[in-house]
Amino acid sequence: MPKRKGGIPTLTSKAPTAGLLSVMVALFVFSLVPTVTWGRPSPGPPTNLQGEDFPLDDGGSIQLTWALSPDDREGGLVEKYILLRSTKEEGPYTELPYSIPLGSDSYVDSGEVDENGVTIVEEPRNSIKYYYKIIALGKGGVRSEECLIDGPAVATRQWFNPGRVNMLVASIVLSLFILFFIWQASLGKELYIRPLAGLEAVQEAIGRATEMGKPVLFIPGIMDMDDIQTIAGVTILGRVARMVAEYDADILVPCSRSLVMTIASEVVREAYLDAGRPDAFKPDNIRYLTDDQFGYVAGVDGIMLRERPAANFYLGTFYAESLILAETGSSVGAIQIAGTAMPSQLPFFVAACDYTLIGEELFAASAYLSKEPKQLGSLVGQDWGKLIFLLFIIIGSIIAIFNQLNPDLISIKSWFEIQ
Amino acid sequence: MKKQFPLAIVFIAGMIFIVQFFSPAFTPIQERFTHWYIVVAVFAFVLGLANLTRLNLQKIHRQQEGWIYSIPLLIGLVGMALCSFIFGIEEGPFVWLFNNMMLPMSATMFSLLAFFVASASYRAFRARHKEAVMLLVAAVIVMLGQVPIGSAGFMGHLRLSDITQWIMAYPNMAGQRAIMIGAALGVVAISLRILLGIERAYLGED
Repeated sequence: MPKRKGGIPTLTSKAPTAGLLSVMVALFVFSLVPTVTWGRPSPGPPTNLQGEDFPLDDGGSIQLTWALSPDDREGGLVEKYILLRSTKEEGPYTELPYSIPLGSDSYVDSGEVDENGVTIVEEPRNSIKYYYKIIALGKGGVRSEECLIDGPAVATRQWFNPGRVNMLVASIVLSLFILFFIWQASLGKELYIRPLAGLEAVQEAIGRATEMGKPVLFIPGIMDMDDIQTIAGVTILGRVARMVAEYDADILVPCSRSLVMTIASEVVREAYLDAGRPDAFKPDNIRYLTDDQFGYVAGVDGIMLRERPAANFYLGTFYAESLILAETGSSVGAIQIAGTAMPSQLPFFVAACDYTLIGEELFAASAYLSKEPKQLGSLVGQDWGKLIFLLFIIIGSIIAIFNQLNPDLISIKSWFEIQ
Repeated sequence: MKKQFPLAIVFIAGMIFIVQFFSPAFTPIQERFTHWYIVVAVFAFVLGLANLTRLNLQKIHRQQEGWIYSIPLLIGLVGMALCSFIFGIEEGPFVWLFNNMMLPMSATMFSLLAFFVASASYRAFRARHKEAVMLLVAAVIVMLGQVPIGSAGFMGHLRLSDITQWIMAYPNMAGQRAIMIGAALGVVAISLRILLGIERAYLGED
């Protein structure tokens, strides 16, 4: 390699000045360190680091607790805590990039992923022993002494959540009642179902629409298919669409969710097929409007004012749009049947609609309309379940009254708490 | 097979969600199913978009009643999509359009609620029968109890705001809880009917 003559020596040259330059650079870098940490006292270490499996999960998490550093206070030396993890007590330990602020005396190590789903910290694997160390980090990056965990921690998978035994018992009891009455109904036993005025009026509403030559408008709420009220609404749509097909009327189903539109379209198509009138099915009548709440309201109001439906059904989950829809429907003179389990929207429907299905009636509607014994049996079972709950409420109220006199007498509050 | 296959899917998926509630070990499977739901919903969104576009283009083509409104709808649909693809959704024309068009229009629709509340209240509070009279009295007390005059004591220490508080905390809360308990039982019943294949209306069957 040719040597440069004269001028400033380069780092590639083997002149003695190169070594001198390297030393100077090293000294410069080293000189930076004292400006950061020298002269600053290191904070006292946190103590008593304990680790155990995080309860009631499928593993992959370890709960860590510790006693705060003596310098952990406002204006104190501690800025945050740093956790280190290893699968061996002697190490090597990896620093976990968690941000644990001062004042924290616990943390759950369950790994970390960034917003793009890329793993930053791998979660603790189940059944593997992990050792941890914790350090208090002071101002200027000064670190305290390390505190080692008191024995290894192991993440484990739980197969049963004991905090939900009460829910399990209640679900089993209720399910048994429902299944028992379904079985009774399948044996041909006569079961009494109290008449629901709102559902008795469904046929009348569709008949009215047929006579007037106007369409039926069905709105299955504004939520998606992961909402049970939407599912209930769509099952009722199947019954209503079949009646509409038999009466040779038209049904309009504007949807605020594309998945609901797709399913509603299939439900109505199948209903027309079952009624023996597949040719009368109009796919364009089941349409997607928008996901936006008030954009949807504007769209549906427009449909009501243009098409002037003779019967409106609002069955599903509704929020602030309930009254706007129901009042517009009322203004065009439609017979209106609403149903929702949203307590805050029920008064609006009661005020603006001819019939309202309240809470459980929405979920019972499809079974009621089917008149099928097995489905009706499930309604009787549900009523028996309600009776049991009613008894619990009465017993609970009596115990609560006695507890006012003596709080230690009987405490059943914990029976009803779920985790 | 056409009917049994969907019923089997419903049963398996539903049971996994129920079991997961009681057994944390099933959480990863439940999360996987939830992700599948999101994927299906995204594909359905494309169908929804296609449905909306097709119906409005058809309306313009046939010059059906109100076809003129389909033009701004399609311009808005394509325009907003293009703005978001080109300039992103954090800033730029998309945000401007959202803040200056979408939000005011939504607020306009929402503000209609005030007028509809008045007309619905008028109908609901007409004292036609005993229940309506009770509703009317309760509504007047609650409304007055929310404004400053309701806090002024009369007849000694009785204040309308206190009566309002009592109505909201006891009769109103009891009614809401009754509805919630009934709805919860209804959810269990309908879930069982769907899981066991007794309720098949969503498949177009009785």
